[in-house]
Amino acid sequence: MKPIIRVENLSKQYTIGAKTEPYATLRESIVRAARKPIDMVRRNGKAENTKFWALKDVNFDVMPGEVVGIIGRNGAGKSTLLKVLSRITEPTTGRVELYGRVGSLLEVGTGFHPELTGRENIFLNGAILGMRREEISKKFDEIVDFAEIEEFLDTPVKRYSSGMYVRLAFAVAAHLEPEILVVDEVLAVGDAQFQKKCLDKMKDVGMHGRTVLFVSHNMGAIRELCQHGVVLADGTVRFMGDVHSSIESYLDEWKAVSEAYVKSERNGADDPKPVEFNRISLHGSDGTERYLFEVEDQIYVKFDVEINSLPPNSSLFFMVLNKERVPVCAFESEGIQPQMTLKIDNHFLVRGTYSVHSFLHAARDKQFDVVYDQVAFEITDTVTPFVRHGQYHYGSVFGSGSWL
Amino acid sequence: MTPDTAADPQLIQKHEPAGPGDLPEQPLVVIEPSRGSNPIALADLWHYRDLFYILTLRDIKVRYKQTLLGATWAIIQPLFTMIIFSLFFGRLAGMPSDGVPYPLFAFAGLLPWTFFSNAVTNSGNSLVGSANLITKVYFPRMIIPMAAVASGLLDFVIAFGMLIVLMLWYGVMPTVSILLLPVLVVLTSLLAIGCGMWMSALNVKYRDIRYALPFLIQLGLFVTPIIYPLSMVPEKWRWLLMLNPLTGQIEAYRSAFFGQQFNWLALGISAVITVAILLFAAYDFKKMERSFADVV
Repeated sequence: MKPIIRVENLSKQYTIGAKTEPYATLRESIVRAARKPIDMVRRNGKAENTKFWALKDVNFDVMPGEVVGIIGRNGAGKSTLLKVLSRITEPTTGRVELYGRVGSLLEVGTGFHPELTGRENIFLNGAILGMRREEISKKFDEIVDFAEIEEFLDTPVKRYSSGMYVRLAFAVAAHLEPEILVVDEVLAVGDAQFQKKCLDKMKDVGMHGRTVLFVSHNMGAIRELCQHGVVLADGTVRFMGDVHSSIESYLDEWKAVSEAYVKSERNGADDPKPVEFNRISLHGSDGTERYLFEVEDQIYVKFDVEINSLPPNSSLFFMVLNKERVPVCAFESEGIQPQMTLKIDNHFLVRGTYSVHSFLHAARDKQFDVVYDQVAFEITDTVTPFVRHGQYHYGSVFGSGSWL
Repeated sequence: MTPDTAADPQLIQKHEPAGPGDLPEQPLVVIEPSRGSNPIALADLWHYRDLFYILTLRDIKVRYKQTLLGATWAIIQPLFTMIIFSLFFGRLAGMPSDGVPYPLFAFAGLLPWTFFSNAVTNSGNSLVGSANLITKVYFPRMIIPMAAVASGLLDFVIAFGMLIVLMLWYGVMPTVSILLLPVLVVLTSLLAIGCGMWMSALNVKYRDIRYALPFLIQLGLFVTPIIYPLSMVPEKWRWLLMLNPLTGQIEAYRSAFFGQQFNWLALGISAVITVAILLFAAYDFKKMERSFADVV
């Protein structure tokens, strides 16, 4: 059988310099152009900017009717791959052949205009997603029905609740009928009941012989929807196969880069510490060791401490560091036991990559053992309302408070 | 991507998902790094004509939302400018006006000028304003600046109604020449699309455009015969003014409104330059288009 998507040696390079200065001004360009020869001499002709490959030599085929999950950590190249496939950005080298119409859903509600009514936005959004006007008219009732917004059809969407907004946006998108559907993390929106409805609709899409590429951090959704998986890591395909092996390979990869802290075997324990860490590991609420969490998961930190001679007034100090190694929060124990477990509440740390900074001490200047920047873990967010703002960085921890 | 396979209308208009058995022989779309400049994929533009129509409609609907005076703004802008011009240039400076009452003369020039300058301004800022679309969905990017120009046409029509009222007031009857008006509007729109499209693409990379544009448009008012007639300019310098493609068009609008002798030479030069600008802008736009999503 012939593949419907054929990706050959696909690579995409970004210039990091251009990322920090998103747009140049004319003057800067002129100055830079004038300085270029001098810089070139100074740097012995080396290239000016640091480049990095968001995708490097990616190859895979997708057969018609397959539902494929694209799995990988943040920055693995998932979004870039989807952007290339949906023709939003051009590849640097390589080639993709598509034997069908592509509909891409990188964000729900793309192009929604707050001043326009629900009705007007259905047509606007539909046209943006590539639907013809008659096609939208034909499905109009179905869309309104799916979104459950009949009575607000002629209200500007800026008056909608966020739930209604998302429902309408997804309803339009769900009624796209291309041969190939490219979906990025859109199931992550709305309330649980609506999510279920979306999942069912997506399944429905798969059943009708449509080809779907689906990106999500939600392994549950991937497992439920997809038969196949492509695991990306550092811009390359790390694994390809059925969905279960793919998810396993992804989780294995996580274990490889992120593991428990274990005391290293020192040569001749000539200087035994009064107290020291033997092991620090993270666990889910079911007790299994893991380093990948959802925002709604509780995190259990288990400490194994070797106590040789317990100094008075000593305690365990534990901090979570974010990606920039900035402490996000701290916990301190009362006293030290050989086995200690700390529970970090769910819905506290926002999505991101973290590591652990922990020490056993008696006073600030008297630290017996220190573990710094180890036990990396990641928290993903597919459930909070913030998700609809894409990659927007919404703080370090979730706010504690409510609207009155 | 190669444009010849990009939008075979027959394949694209087939809505039912293809079963495994009936895949097309040739790929529908090939995504590759573009070499050189893409030829303008007219078929692709045509396929997205609905989006053009709906974006135009959106711009029109949104333009005067939450304003007190609404579409009256389309009249206020040229009308008040005309009144000021009439006072200072018509009355005080005694500017000649080719045998038409000066207020009428000024309004007839301001009508297409207002359309053009608003269209280029809106169009020039349109791509940057649609960054969220550009980074999320594929469609021919050209549609955005084009729709921004098209949505100005409604304002033009409203202000044109005002001109008719003014003409009746001054007792100037339209003649058969007014039938040329649609041709002129198309020509001005094409020029606005050319300028606006180019500016919008440059604006993505160089935000200087945002500041340069209002300034350029202000200058444009003086190097185009709006306040003064072309006939006032010494004969040996007229050619210079005619290199401004708007010159021939503004003069032609007046001739069409007031049934005067057309300056075919000026209009011809204008048409040629307009097409040249449009082609160059489209070519350069396509060249810059590939990096839009990465830069904007």
